[in-house]
Amino acid sequence: MSPVAITIRDLSVAYNGHPVLEEVNLDIEENTCVGVLGPNGAGKSTLLRVILGLIAPTRGKVLVFGADPRQGRSQGNLIGYLPQRPLTNPRFPVSVLDVVLMGRYGRIGLGRRPKKEDREAALALLTRLGIPHLADRPIGEASGGEQQRVFIARALAVNPRLVVLDEPTISLDACSQDEVYDLVKKLKDELNLTVIMVSHDIGAVASHVDDIICLNRRVHVHAPPPIGRVALENTFGCAVEYLFHGEIPHRVVRGHDD
Amino acid sequence: MMIEALSLGFFQRALLAGLLLSLICGVLSVFVILRRMAFVGVGISHSAFGGVALGFLLGLDPLWSGIGFAVVVALLIEWTQERGRLEEDAAIGIFFAVAMALGVLFLNLSRTYNVDVFGFLFGNILAVGPSQLGEIFVVSLVVLATVALFYKELVFLSFDEEMAWVSGVPVKALRYLFLVLLALVIIMAIYLVGIILVSALLVIPGAVARNLTRHIAAMVWVSVAAAVGATLAGLFLSMALDWPSGATVVLVLGLTFFASQAFRLGPRRH
Repeated sequence: MSPVAITIRDLSVAYNGHPVLEEVNLDIEENTCVGVLGPNGAGKSTLLRVILGLIAPTRGKVLVFGADPRQGRSQGNLIGYLPQRPLTNPRFPVSVLDVVLMGRYGRIGLGRRPKKEDREAALALLTRLGIPHLADRPIGEASGGEQQRVFIARALAVNPRLVVLDEPTISLDACSQDEVYDLVKKLKDELNLTVIMVSHDIGAVASHVDDIICLNRRVHVHAPPPIGRVALENTFGCAVEYLFHGEIPHRVVRGHDD
Repeated sequence: MMIEALSLGFFQRALLAGLLLSLICGVLSVFVILRRMAFVGVGISHSAFGGVALGFLLGLDPLWSGIGFAVVVALLIEWTQERGRLEEDAAIGIFFAVAMALGVLFLNLSRTYNVDVFGFLFGNILAVGPSQLGEIFVVSLVVLATVALFYKELVFLSFDEEMAWVSGVPVKALRYLFLVLLALVIIMAIYLVGIILVSALLVIPGAVARNLTRHIAAMVWVSVAAAVGATLAGLFLSMALDWPSGATVVLVLGLTFFASQAFRLGPRRH
């Protein structure tokens, strides 16, 4: 077993007394790509936000590479993050290259300007993602799929060991969705990343990840794909035929409970 | 007549003060527009009235009591929003009404319905003395240096605060810092256009620049140019026509905005 990137023990999160996550226990190994599946309101984004340190656990603990995520952040162990809606203001007047550079601002530090090598590093990321020709384009004028690549490049610009993607394909057509999944897989292998990806798209995730976590307030399953019908039905609380339109990988695996 | 005016000491000071104030307003205006904080400017400036009135009541320099009040209200707005369930606009609506009411009460208690108060409400840049010019100079220097130092972080915060935090930027400290800068600039700019109209200087230049540019670096320059140009033009115009200086500056700014809007709606640029 390779070393553990994320350890979660007895994690509970509540908003105003409403439980969103309950008694979550997880170990995520380094250099794996993990898909988090679950219905709307299952706490998927909340799980990511706790791992990022954006919200504190109500109970329990989260360790990212052995440290509390907030502590890790202040020590410069930054996590690459692709939010669900990364472009809140589509007409914001910055170029694609500016957006990628922003990922480096925390590392550059207060009171210092981005230098030539920062620009070169940002441009190299755009090249890696196949969109160097967009560098000077206003961010709002890139297409949906292009924007997603830009924001993945920004997530990588923090030099992360862990990358967290919240619904990376939600606004994309079927073709671009596959491209993004393939891209993430390739980047994970090339850069030795640990990747956590949230989705409600069962079919797509099942064919692109090493491990699947079925989450609905609690962790129902944590196993490699394919995940069986019973586990999925337990997670989603409805018949799986409906979710898959009849095309399920039909193997039942035993869910493990810590 | 203009040449004559230029040789007058008070007009030279007014021009210099107007130049400095419009310069810093033009810079901050970019962030006010991008962070959708136009109403914050209105709230802080009107709250400053309470502080100015408190100064009259206690016999303090109204400028410093105004600065104190504006900074406290700015921080309260941020704090209420952070701790409670209120959105920023509701917090501003509450604080600025309360601060204005306090101002009216303080003025009533101090029984000084005089020209000084009128000057703070509507601005009287022609009355700026050498020591006030010195204060404006120092504040301008501090504000410009701070923005230059934290420029990239302020842009990132305006773009996406959550991502900025995840990327290791000290978001909370910078949010408070920006509000303090805003409060400082607002209270200095009341010499130019007064409490009632100061928000125009923080909103219109950025809005003009937003209309005319596609990149933030260009936006900063156009915003500064619009603020400085309209202020100087307004001051000369008010001198020539004997109109109130603050209102004239704001009207010239307003015209500039409509012109930029017409330009934007005109031939489509790609």
